[in-house]
Amino acid sequence: MIAGISIYEILTVTSILFFVGVYGFITRKNLISILISVELILNASAINFVVINKYLYPDMLEGVLFSIFIIAVAAAETALAVSIIINLYRQISSVEVKDVETMKY
Amino acid sequence: MNFSNIILIPLIPLAVFLLLGIFNQKIKPSVSGYIGVFGLLASTILSFHTAYNYFFVNASESGAYQTFVEKTVWMNFTDTLRIDMGVLIDPISVMMLIVVSIVSLMVHIYSRGYMKGDDGYTKFFAFLSLFSFSMYGLVLATNLFQIYIFWELVGVSSYLLIGYYYTKESAVAAAKKAFIVTRFADLGFLIGILIVGYYTGTYDFETLNNPEGSAILNWASTSFMGLSVLTWALILIFIGGAGKSAMFPLHIWLPDAMEGPTPVSALIHAATMVVAGVYLVARLFPMYYFVEDGFALNIVAFVGAFSSLFAAIIAITQTDIKRVLAFSTMSQLGYMMLALGVSGYDGHEGLGYMASMFHLFTHAMFKALLFLGAGSVIHAVHSNYLKDMGGLRKYMPITNITFLIAALAIAGVPPFAGFFSKDEILVAAFEHNKLIYFIGVFVAGLTAFYMFRIYFGIFWGKDTKYEHKPQESPISMTFPLMVLALLSIVGGFIPFSKYVTVDKAGFEAHLNYPLAAVAVGVGLLGIVLAWVFYKKENDLSDKFANFFGPFYKWTSDKFYFDEIYLFVTKKILFKRVAAPIAKFDKKYVDGTMVGIGNTTVLASEKIKGMQSGKVQDYAFAFIAGVVILAIIFIYLWTN
Repeated sequence: MIAGISIYEILTVTSILFFVGVYGFITRKNLISILISVELILNASAINFVVINKYLYPDMLEGVLFSIFIIAVAAAETALAVSIIINLYRQISSVEVKDVETMKY
Repeated sequence: MNFSNIILIPLIPLAVFLLLGIFNQKIKPSVSGYIGVFGLLASTILSFHTAYNYFFVNASESGAYQTFVEKTVWMNFTDTLRIDMGVLIDPISVMMLIVVSIVSLMVHIYSRGYMKGDDGYTKFFAFLSLFSFSMYGLVLATNLFQIYIFWELVGVSSYLLIGYYYTKESAVAAAKKAFIVTRFADLGFLIGILIVGYYTGTYDFETLNNPEGSAILNWASTSFMGLSVLTWALILIFIGGAGKSAMFPLHIWLPDAMEGPTPVSALIHAATMVVAGVYLVARLFPMYYFVEDGFALNIVAFVGAFSSLFAAIIAITQTDIKRVLAFSTMSQLGYMMLALGVSGYDGHEGLGYMASMFHLFTHAMFKALLFLGAGSVIHAVHSNYLKDMGGLRKYMPITNITFLIAALAIAGVPPFAGFFSKDEILVAAFEHNKLIYFIGVFVAGLTAFYMFRIYFGIFWGKDTKYEHKPQESPISMTFPLMVLALLSIVGGFIPFSKYVTVDKAGFEAHLNYPLAAVAVGVGLLGIVLAWVFYKKENDLSDKFANFFGPFYKWTSDKFYFDEIYLFVTKKILFKRVAAPIAKFDKKYVDGTMVGIGNTTVLASEKIKGMQSGKVQDYAFAFIAGVVILAIIFIYLWTN
C-alpha cells in the first residue's frame, strides 16, 4: 500500500507504458528502437506484477520474485537481440527493419 | 525331396537377370552370353536332378507318385483363405521343368550365334533369363494366385521380347497387341480365381484338386444361371488359358508375335509360354473333370478342336515361314487342349491327359527345332518370305536335315516323336468323341501338308539366285538344332504313361495299330501332296489357289479376324464407348479437380500479400487480433 495512490492510478500508468511500447514496436523503423519498445512492454508487465502483489497480497513476495525473473530474462533477450542486430548490420550494413524482409511469399 | 535345390531352379535365372540387367552397360557382350548360358545350364542340371529324384528315387516307396509341397504363408486373409508362396512337385511340374530347361538352354546357346553383333545383346540375355525365371515359377506354383503372378510375369517378358526391336513400328505394335490381348483374357482368369476363392475358401491346388475334397464334392451347392458357380469359374479360368495358348478367338496376337527375334519365337511362342494355358487346364484337371460332370471340359475340347482346324487351314496359305509356324503352333496347342478335353480320370481312362502332356513335351522339342531351323534359314537369307527362298539344301545341310526331322516329327511319321504323342491323342479322341477324332485326323493331314509345303519351299523348289551366297550357320546355332533333332527322334520312345498321368499311378499305353495306321496314312498323304505341289517349281499350287478363288483369299487373310477385331475395337469400342467416356472424364472428372486446384491458386494469389516478410505487419496483426478477442470477451463478460 502506497499512501495516497490507488492501484488504478498505477495500473493506468503501466497500461500507458505498455501501449506506448506496442505503438513503438509497430511504428519504429529502426531495429534498436523496436528493441527499446519491447523493453517498455516488458517493464510495464514487470511493474504490474509488483503492484498487484503489493496491493492484493501484501504479505507475499511471488510477484516481486517474478519481476526479478522478468528482468533477468529481458537482459538475456536483449543481449541476444543486439547480437543478432550486429550480425545483421555486418551482412547488409543496415539496421532498418524495411531492409529485412526476405522471408516472405 | 530336396527343396533347397528346387528353389534354386527359378532363382538362378532371376539372379542372372538382375546381374545382366543392372550392369547392362558394363558387361561385355561376349561375357554376358556365357553368363546367361551357364546360369541356365545350372538350372537345367538341377531340373534333371529333381526329375531323377522324383521319378526314380522316390517312386520306389509307393505305387503312385506323390505330390510334394513346400510353402510359406505370404498373405493371410482368413483362417483357411491365404496366399502361399512355394514349390509344388508332381509329375507334370517336373515334366515342365525338363521341357523349359531343355528348350531354354538350347535357345540360350543358339542366341549366342543368332544375336551376335546386335546392339542389345546383353539386354536380350537379361530378358531371356527373366522369362526363364517366370516360367519356372509358373510351373512350380502351389496355388492359383502364385500361378497368376508368374502368369503375368511371363506375359511381361513376352511383351519385352516381342518388342525387342523397338525401333521397328510393327514390332512395337505386335508387342502391345500380344500384351493387351492376353491381358484381356487374364481378366477372365482373375475373376475365375476370385470366384474359386470365394466359394471354396482356398486357392491351393492340392485342396482344390482332391477328388474327395470339399471343393469338388460340393460343386452343386451354389448355381448361377443354370450352371454351378465353379463351372463358371473354370470357364473363366479357361479364358485366361485360351488367351495365353492362343485359342480361337483370342489367337490374333500369336502370328504378330513373330516380330520378335526368332529364338524368342522358339522359346516363348512355340515351346513354353504358350503351353501355359494347357498346363493350367492340366493343373486343375480334377476340377475340370468332376465339376458339373465335365461341362467346362467339353468347352475346352471343342475350343481346342476348332482352333486346331482353324489354324491349320490358315497355315496352308501363309507365305511368311514364321507365320506358318505360328499357326502350326496354335493348331498343335488346340490338339493338346482337345486331348485334355476328351480325357477321363482313372487309369487308362486318363489317356487324353497323358497324351496331351506327352504332346506338349514332344511338340516343345520339334517346334523349337522348327523355329530355330527357320531362324537359321532367315539368318542366312535375310528374309522371312518363302518367295525369297528355295534350293537351300545345297548350302545348309545341317539345317536341312534337322528341319526335315522336325517336319517328319510334327507330321506324325513313325518313329519320330510326334507320331507317338499324336497317336495317343487320336486314340483318346476316338474313344470319347468321334467328331473330335475326325477333326483331329483331318488336322493331322493338313499339318503334314503345310509343314512339307514350307520344307520343300525352303530347301527344294526353285533355284533362287542369292545376292550373297547363303552359308551354314555357326556351330553355336547348329549344335542346338542337332540336340533338339536327336530329342525329336528319341522323344517318342519315352514311356510317358508310366510317369505322367492324372491319378499319378501310371499305366501301360499301347499303340492302337489301326488308328495309328489311319493317322500315318493321312500324314503321308499330306506329305505326298506337298511333294507334288512344291518339290519342283510348278504352277500347280497357283492353279489350285485360283480354283478355290475367294476362299483362298479369305484364308490367306486369316479369315479377316484381325480386321474384325480392329472394327470392333476402333469403330465400336473406341469411338462409341471409349471416346465419350474419355470426354466425360476430361471435361467433368478432371474439370472438377483442375477447377479446385485453380481456385486455390487464384485465392492464394490474392492473399499472399499478407505474408509480407515485414515483422511489424505480423506484430500488428497479432496485436489487433488480441485486441479484438479482448473486446469480444469483455463484451461477453459484461452481458
